Amino acid sequence: MATDRIVNVSRRQFLKVGLAAGTGLTLGVYLPTLRSAGAAAGPGKAGGAMFKAGTFEPNAFVSIGADNSVTVIAKHLEMGQGTYTGLATLVAEELDAAWSQITVKPAPADANRYNNLLWGSTQGTGGSTAIANSFVQMRKAGAAAREMLVGAAAEQWGVSTSDVTVRDGIVRHQATERSVTFGELAERAGRQPVPVEPFLKDPSEFRLIGSHVPRKDSRDKTHGTAIFTQDIQLPGMLTALVAHPPRFGATVKSLDASATKRVKGVTDVVQIPTGVAVLAKDFWSAKRGRDVLRVDWDESKAFTLGTDEILTEYRALSKNPGAVARKEGDTDQAMARAARVIEADYVFPYLAHAALEPMNCVIKVSGDGCEVWNGEQFQTPDQMAVANVLGLKPEHVKINMLYAGGSFGRRANPQSDYVVEAANIVKAIQGKAPVKLVWTREDDMRAGYYRPMYFHRMKAGLDDAGDIIAWQHRIVGQSIIAGTAFEASLAQDGIDQTSVEGAANVPYAVPNITVDLHSPKLPVPVQWWRSVGSTHTAFAVETFIDELAVAARRDPVVLRRTLLKNHPRHRGVVGLAAEKSRWGETLPPNRGRGIAVHESFNSYVAQVADVSVDKDGSYSVDRVVVAVDCGIAVNPDIIRAQMEGGLGFGLSAALSSQITLNAGRVVQSNFHDYTVLRMSEMPDVEVHIVQSTESPTGVGEPATPVIAPAVANALAAATGKRFYELPLLVTG
Amino acid sequence: MIQLNINDQLYELDVEKDMPLLWAIRDVLGFTGTKYGCGIAQCGACTVHMDGVPTRSCVTPVGVTQNKKITTIEGLNSKTSRAVQAAWERLDVVQCGYCQSGQIMAATALLEAQPDPSDEQINAAMSGNICRCATYVRIRAGIREASRALV
Ligand code: FES
Ligand code: FES
Repeated sequence: MATDRIVNVSRRQFLKVGLAAGTGLTLGVYLPTLRSAGAAAGPGKAGGAMFKAGTFEPNAFVSIGADNSVTVIAKHLEMGQGTYTGLATLVAEELDAAWSQITVKPAPADANRYNNLLWGSTQGTGGSTAIANSFVQMRKAGAAAREMLVGAAAEQWGVSTSDVTVRDGIVRHQATERSVTFGELAERAGRQPVPVEPFLKDPSEFRLIGSHVPRKDSRDKTHGTAIFTQDIQLPGMLTALVAHPPRFGATVKSLDASATKRVKGVTDVVQIPTGVAVLAKDFWSAKRGRDVLRVDWDESKAFTLGTDEILTEYRALSKNPGAVARKEGDTDQAMARAARVIEADYVFPYLAHAALEPMNCVIKVSGDGCEVWNGEQFQTPDQMAVANVLGLKPEHVKINMLYAGGSFGRRANPQSDYVVEAANIVKAIQGKAPVKLVWTREDDMRAGYYRPMYFHRMKAGLDDAGDIIAWQHRIVGQSIIAGTAFEASLAQDGIDQTSVEGAANVPYAVPNITVDLHSPKLPVPVQWWRSVGSTHTAFAVETFIDELAVAARRDPVVLRRTLLKNHPRHRGVVGLAAEKSRWGETLPPNRGRGIAVHESFNSYVAQVADVSVDKDGSYSVDRVVVAVDCGIAVNPDIIRAQMEGGLGFGLSAALSSQITLNAGRVVQSNFHDYTVLRMSEMPDVEVHIVQSTESPTGVGEPATPVIAPAVANALAAATGKRFYELPLLVTG
Repeated sequence: MIQLNINDQLYELDVEKDMPLLWAIRDVLGFTGTKYGCGIAQCGACTVHMDGVPTRSCVTPVGVTQNKKITTIEGLNSKTSRAVQAAWERLDVVQCGYCQSGQIMAATALLEAQPDPSDEQINAAMSGNICRCATYVRIRAGIREASRALV
């Protein structure tokens, strides 16, 4: 797929060069040519003025300046997962650049050039796809630039290209001991033909891929100079806070803004589809203005159920079969002849993403277009949604992708919710000033778009020998994709694949399996949350299999490895984690060790957690040993970081985070009642990466779903009790 | 008029006394390294030093900061802070980075008071600073490494 794309792009570039020569058009960074300083492009031709004169831009992803700088254009959002470093590693590898000469710049919103190759014609970041979809594309971008530099050097020296070598940003001719930098060659390289099928290295020749390279964003993020959406200041900009309804589905009945308008600094109060926006010259004035705003809400159509009532409904639904996601053999018949039947019910709460940077967005209307500044995760849907609100063409919505202060899925909203809210505010003030929409922590926590609440019912039949002969898994919970543009691609036969992933594809060899799903419709907004369906399916599957192992008097590691006979990569990480954790050794009293394994986004992770439990029920997670198989390890240190952080993120939900509703109102509001992992609760983490020659797969999410079942299984080992709910509470 | 001493520079601000220091720093003076994360002294993203003491600027009214020496991430420049930032860069502690100004302010203050802290002292000093990316393993390692460079 990636190969075709590059080839096509290169061919089109030749056509465009010819056209440009005839008409004087400037076509942005696509041109394999030298950029002239006056080439600023308007909205939609973004990238126009990104580079200085004399810069060599062989393709949409790399440019080389006369000053010897190499700029990599990143099409994916850097939200902590290390994607700027990863994408740059791929380019630098094939370009044979020096790591220190590389800087990374965000790509503009332009799906023709910067689409996610795994998402068709959509530009965006998610599903742990950044490296997976870019692995060949970005290497080819670097390789093409390298061939052009080599061609330029050969031409300059009058030697054969085969005698020219490149290493660490220096181009050499060995025989005559001549060498030249990329920068010195940039101008001549810009006149070389773009290679149609650049030559890629054999993995055995990799120098950067697989070794340690420092993160490209460390310095700025360590010195407070990295710019997030929150930090954007534009001349004349107003800060907007929005009063949202107290319950989902409520609307504004009447509004008294007289006190608000008297607050110093407040400039406007406008009604928008999602509530009432208060605009002021700074955050604090807007906040004070909103504090005294009087809104009478019409709650006649609002959602008024609480968590307990929802759970009662879900339990009732679970009594009946749902839409079948997987069926093998005859589960009912096998269950009927089983020597033992074991059943368990599981409950999972709503969860907020609670990225440390609450949602925000800056938007400015100008001329025939608008410009957005955002920790932009979903360029194509957001561009269309903003265009729709403002009556613009999508290509006239210019999006500046900034660092995101976390996201965990939240900034890729299928409804473009907060981005559209910002657009509605700027529209309501007729675009008279740029607007920075800022959500407070409370707004962020109460606005919905949660990981859905779920109820699971599991049932297994064991024969006389203790072998599992029947497996039945029923899931009840809202569909994340229902009613979104993603429904068509992510639903099959009425099944939202994101609700059953990790359950429908349970890897264990059991002869009779049924997995089915109920997707009740509730007006609580829901969304993907780091690792999506696996956040709940992995817990149910991995704690249940553990319970079955204990029931059958089998060692949990041995049983898993036996039942994973057709899944060597699962087996591999289980074996590695068990070995490195010294699985099987005797532990002191009140200590427990538990294992879990799960595949998500084509990466395989096993974790062994060690816990200590006190008499009063308090416990700590002391150590986690991780084994991960994500194919070729592009950046081993970033993989380690994502394992540490990914399991830490999952640990918040395992230990204490939950969103609950009371009569339709969200109970939690900030970090005092939506508690998250802190330093004192972080275990020691040891990461082991499986050596592999498979294509690389993602690492941002796959560590997250594994930790809760590993900890629950460790707690069960320590206490003899099983755990069926998250967060995990040990009671005396 | 409110007078502020930020990073050894005096500023006169035409703001209300109850405006939190965080918003004076960010929105009025334009120093954006100090972050907003919760507004209620729960997350530590807004940590600055007030006379050397780590302080939550989101709940500190500018009125009480007059005659105090305030240091933000932009003004850090001590032997300790340089050791902390060097360790942070060498270990690639950051992920999204949003919490890290606050983490570095807290870690610097800890090491200035206690150059060789125990695990318990690290937990006590750092548990007020949330990192949603859970970079805690490396924050701890960063503090250890900076401590080794200092003692
Ligand atoms: S913003 Fe001040 S502690 Fe969170
Ligand atoms: S690095 Fe993202 S919140 Fe700490």
